[in-house]
Amino acid sequence: MADALTAAYALRLGDDALILSHRLSEWVGHGPELEEDIALANTSLDLLGQARLLLACAGEREGKGRDEDALAYGRDVLDFSNLLLVEQPNGDFAQTMVRQFLFDAYAVELWPRLSASRDEALAGVAGKAAKEAAYHVEQSAAWVVRMGDGTEESHARAQSGLNLLWPYAGEIFEADEVEAALAEKGIAVAPSALREHWQARVEPVLEEAGLAPPEGAGVRKGGRQGRHSEHLGHLLAEFQFMQRAYPGAEW
Amino acid sequence: MYTQGLNQAVEDSGPEDAELLARFQAKIDREEKIEPNDWMPEAYRQTLIRQISQHAHSEIVGMLPEGNWLTRAPSLRRKAILLAKVQDEGGHGLYLYAAAETLGISRAEMVDRLLEGRARYSSIFNYPTITWADIGAVGWLVDGAAIMNQIPLCRCSYGPYARAMIRICKEESFHQRQGYEAISRLAKGTAAQKRMAQDALDRWWWPSLMMFGPSDADSPHTGRSMRWKIKRFTNDELRQKFVDATVPQARLIGLEPPDPELRYDEESGHWHFGEIDWTEFNEVLAGNGPCNRERMAARRKAHADGAWVREAATAHARKKQSRMAMAAAAE
Repeated sequence: MADALTAAYALRLGDDALILSHRLSEWVGHGPELEEDIALANTSLDLLGQARLLLACAGEREGKGRDEDALAYGRDVLDFSNLLLVEQPNGDFAQTMVRQFLFDAYAVELWPRLSASRDEALAGVAGKAAKEAAYHVEQSAAWVVRMGDGTEESHARAQSGLNLLWPYAGEIFEADEVEAALAEKGIAVAPSALREHWQARVEPVLEEAGLAPPEGAGVRKGGRQGRHSEHLGHLLAEFQFMQRAYPGAEW
Repeated sequence: MYTQGLNQAVEDSGPEDAELLARFQAKIDREEKIEPNDWMPEAYRQTLIRQISQHAHSEIVGMLPEGNWLTRAPSLRRKAILLAKVQDEGGHGLYLYAAAETLGISRAEMVDRLLEGRARYSSIFNYPTITWADIGAVGWLVDGAAIMNQIPLCRCSYGPYARAMIRICKEESFHQRQGYEAISRLAKGTAAQKRMAQDALDRWWWPSLMMFGPSDADSPHTGRSMRWKIKRFTNDELRQKFVDATVPQARLIGLEPPDPELRYDEESGHWHFGEIDWTEFNEVLAGNGPCNRERMAARRKAHADGAWVREAATAHARKKQSRMAMAAAAE
């Protein structure tokens, strides 16, 4: 049965995972240490796995015959609904890890709650993702602390990553009619309900790292509605190249 | 993935105790493993350090040509497979560095040798991955050639290396199958896909045959490595095995290796193949392959860009330790 709301919700979560996975995959082979290279690939792979399940679920609920690849490779910027945070460029390792931590601290609160969703498919994905997110946040929080506390240079880099990315964190907790309607039915988790839990995770880590969120930074949003930053178009140009160059071919 | 260092000489460092040497050789002859704390001739140690570290470097540098397609994989399934594969290569590198460390060298020293150009990695990774079909070809041919070399290494006389190779071979065999499956899909696909697949075979065929190293006639140190059971088959034996296995695989999917002399020899039961261009082999080895400079530049850049990260981790660990010591003292 077509269910446009659930399809839109699954697509949002799937797009977050897909785009963040892609960003992390850009690092592979170029990490600061072999162990971190492997960890970045591993996290990227976890997120890609989540994305595939969520996009497949979105395609099914949408009922237009689009599979995971049709959704991943066949849409343009306006139809992507990921958070602006996850499409921001990697920058240096500090920027990548701050971005990851801000996202992981949300994901680790989202997935366990969503695993109680009344939608069985979403609950299933969420159960798997919850375990992965727990590892991810441990890893990214540890790096935020190491870099914030480490050397003068690493501290400056981590703080500048935080200054750059903090304005994008606010979008995580914005909800529109999609989440509101589904949360009421026990299918989705209302993002606004996660804010204080996210803060309770983020604040102690930043404190231990000696980092402070920028004052008066405002909130950058629009991703959920397809109003993206300039970066997404470039990412898609690379990501979708093969499917665009060879339409209809099977791989 | 693979190391090319099987034939490089390590000079004997001088006279060693004849009795120890005899006992060492007897142990090898009984097919017993040499372990890190056992006595071993210095040349055996150095040969293994060189071979295992080259193997590890090859895994790490090998992440680059494949990583080149991570952001452009043509489907989510292919992207997931490639990510998992490249992650495996990193894991193999880690595992092999650890095996080499049991011989008394640090990973940092091995990495320095690579970055300073004093250590080699497999020359195959100095070739570019130009199209998506190259990802299939690398899995099928490069990992296929690597497996031919590596399966005998599971019985290598040095325990830590042999054990590492058992796990690595399992994963490499999966890599080879996925590579063949990927290129088969192209060979059965559209005209453009088929062209891409044949082109990849054309470019990767000869370099893959070169992966087995110089021919036996030009491989003077094979004898000692075989006596020490670091090596079990000669370069030419392994190369022939690879050709025998691979030609039928290519033809099965309608692809043709770029060798006009290729023909099946009923008498010997082997595929006869043409002469390898050893000039090309030596040129790539000497640093003049298509991507030697790019690969080393990428490794050096990652290492240099990561310096502040590694320093931060060390500084944080030190601070944490001293804070804990101060807290303990205050109690």
